[in-house]
Amino acid sequence: MSRVPFYLLVGVLLVAGIAVTVYRHVAFEVPWVPGEQRQVWEVEAQVNFIAEDGSAKVNLALPTNQEGFRILTENTGSSGFGLSFLDDDKGRRAQWATREARGSQQLYYSVQLLVAPNAPRPRVEAPPPDQDVSWARPYDTAAQEVIDQAYRRSSDAFTFSRELVRAFSGDRQDENARLLLTQFDRPTLLVKLLNQAGVSARKVHGLLLEDGRRRQSLTTWIQVFNADGDWVIINPTSGEQGRPDNLLLWETGDQAALEVQGGRDSKVTFSMLQHNEPASVAVRNQLANDTLLNFSIHSLPLEEQSLFRTILLIPIGALVVVLLRVLIGIKTSGTFMPVLIALAFIQTTLFTGLVGFLLVVAVGLVIRSYLSHLNLLLVARVSAVIITVIAIISIFSVMAYRMGLNAGLTITFFPMIILSWTIERMSILWEEEGPKEVLIQGGGSLLTAVLAYLAMNNPWIRHITFNFLGVQLILMAFILLLGNYTGYRLLELRRFKPITED
Amino acid sequence: MWATPSQLRTKGIIGMNRRNIRYIGRYNDRRLYPLVDDKLQTKLLAKRFGVTTPDLIGTISNQFSVKHVAKMVEGHLGFVIKPAKGSGGKGILVVEHQDAEGYIKPSGHRLHREDLERHVSNILSGLYSLGGSPDVAVVEALIAFDESLAEYTYEGVPDIRVIVFKGYPVMAMMRLSTAASDGKANLHQGAVGVGIDIASGTAVRGVQFDRTRLDHPDTGHELASLRVPHWDTLLNLAASCYEMTGLGYLGTDMVLDKVHGPMLLELNARPGLAIQMANGEGLRSRLDLVERQPEGVDADARVAFSQLHFARRGELHEAALAS
Repeated sequence: MSRVPFYLLVGVLLVAGIAVTVYRHVAFEVPWVPGEQRQVWEVEAQVNFIAEDGSAKVNLALPTNQEGFRILTENTGSSGFGLSFLDDDKGRRAQWATREARGSQQLYYSVQLLVAPNAPRPRVEAPPPDQDVSWARPYDTAAQEVIDQAYRRSSDAFTFSRELVRAFSGDRQDENARLLLTQFDRPTLLVKLLNQAGVSARKVHGLLLEDGRRRQSLTTWIQVFNADGDWVIINPTSGEQGRPDNLLLWETGDQAALEVQGGRDSKVTFSMLQHNEPASVAVRNQLANDTLLNFSIHSLPLEEQSLFRTILLIPIGALVVVLLRVLIGIKTSGTFMPVLIALAFIQTTLFTGLVGFLLVVAVGLVIRSYLSHLNLLLVARVSAVIITVIAIISIFSVMAYRMGLNAGLTITFFPMIILSWTIERMSILWEEEGPKEVLIQGGGSLLTAVLAYLAMNNPWIRHITFNFLGVQLILMAFILLLGNYTGYRLLELRRFKPITED
Repeated sequence: MWATPSQLRTKGIIGMNRRNIRYIGRYNDRRLYPLVDDKLQTKLLAKRFGVTTPDLIGTISNQFSVKHVAKMVEGHLGFVIKPAKGSGGKGILVVEHQDAEGYIKPSGHRLHREDLERHVSNILSGLYSLGGSPDVAVVEALIAFDESLAEYTYEGVPDIRVIVFKGYPVMAMMRLSTAASDGKANLHQGAVGVGIDIASGTAVRGVQFDRTRLDHPDTGHELASLRVPHWDTLLNLAASCYEMTGLGYLGTDMVLDKVHGPMLLELNARPGLAIQMANGEGLRSRLDLVERQPEGVDADARVAFSQLHFARRGELHEAALAS
């Protein structure tokens, strides 16, 4: 019988599990540790204009997921206006419209952005350079000279643009430059000259994020493309190349950030606030693009999510049981009973849980020993034990409450049927094998339950199992491998010790 | 306190995991388990194959018939009530003899009719069966065990466990009940395990609670002189259980009856590993050797093969000679 298909299956499970897990970490920034904080920016855009007593249409550019930032949530506030979102190759825009607008109007758009240093920069199609630039004399010679000079001092599109910006700034500004600046504002002029030289470039609008700033406006930057379709952001004043970390690109479609029809004195201002959120919260808000690959529990309603939080921990408990039984050789009473007890411990906390468990089982054993004298049928006897367990739990709860021990109330989380069977099994074990075996198996069960509890209650493990479903595949692969282990158990090394002594 | 894995490997010790995956999982077909897990089925099967087993007095299969148990055992001096699907010796009640006042266990403890009925009722409701499923009580005649072994045991009947692998008897031990084991032949309860040489049926080594023993703790009789009578017949009987059940890795439990000789008591599809302790030797090399043997060899030839290859000189003899 070949074991190849088995190892193939394990390998596939491992690879798939690790791939899905790493993908979720890389593509969705789900952190490996739960405590990690994530920077979140809250940016609010306020559009103001005076309506001209009639219909009005407002068109505002909106940011998209981009290098460094990922959009978590968006909200708008606009009473009396209809709102629609437009999404085309020019970028995302919000369009507010109304039939009747009078006087001063305010529209709000707010967005929560996650600072995501690893977010990929989206691919952008380079716009064809608009080479049909006509200058009146004497501007044509001035422009040509500036271009020629920058061209000589550069080797490619990026260095060329940098030289060009430098020609218009500070000490290097010559007569030609000053002449041209009288015609256009600096960014527009730079784009025109770049296009004239055959370099694809356009103006983009961005917002420099600074914590607690209000009434900010968009700044204009230049996006320059090289022949490979690669692009950089260039500061039109300093010529500095590259996007500053706090620059949020707001409008990249070579359009106005704000267009208002039926209004005047329109302007858009921004206020922003930065705060830190636990990574898990930031992850939770990232609902938008749940795909099959990004299969996650977060798309379920909150109530089911918390249910799954527990369900996804059970494989961890099972793994602990497999480890302890296969590698250590610990005896338990009922194979997975310890996992259920451990689940109860999660609700009750460890100490209360242990005390409660021991109390219920001890009292249950005493009552069960009386039941065994009554000579009952098995099903009836176990049913009687179940009722006894319920009675014990009720009495303990009431007593604990009267004594002001609220922790005692959590004892109701114990799985009563399981407890009853545990009592029944222990009692039979006591009669047949004596108290020593009861201690061994009972102690083994409790030890397993405690270890399973420690594993399942570990914040890191909880975080990993809940956020990375791929981990379940890895667990599966490990358990399959353990099921194939033919070596000695730890306790067997002691058991068979006498043989090696001769 | 602890052995290293390599020490155990040198000794050829088989661990629980290896037993489960490599031998039970590979050689024991799941669908054959009921044949051995249900002692009643084993008994009927053995009858068909001409393997001797203790006489069946009767069976009780429903609570209504529980009252008939006293009537059923009337006229039988000693008898045993056991659950058909019990495991590990659980739920076996031995009555050595009965008189007008009740039933006397080997320990001298006296039982009444009600005790007997309660025990049968417990068996029927599945108290001793795997998974608590409803069960049948089997009532058997008590075997009159061979007196040559009387000095080696305390209260209970000594039985002989032979591990049969692919039809070859590979290792054997005798389990002697002690006061500590309450007359039961369970090693972990304190019975003495005596490794038996496959070739001759003589004692190799004795252990109690995993420690070497040279004599019986209660009778004080030394173990070195222990020799199982009718050894060849017994091995043949054990080997033929392979054809009977089709299970490749089998524990056969035999007893020696004064009149009928070796008898099959029960079969076990998951025999324990304590036999290695009793023999002071691992099963590994023997199992490996048997695995290399071809199929289709008859029982006599298999026994001869085992007796030739698995012969051992008793350590107890050496100890006896040295002293």
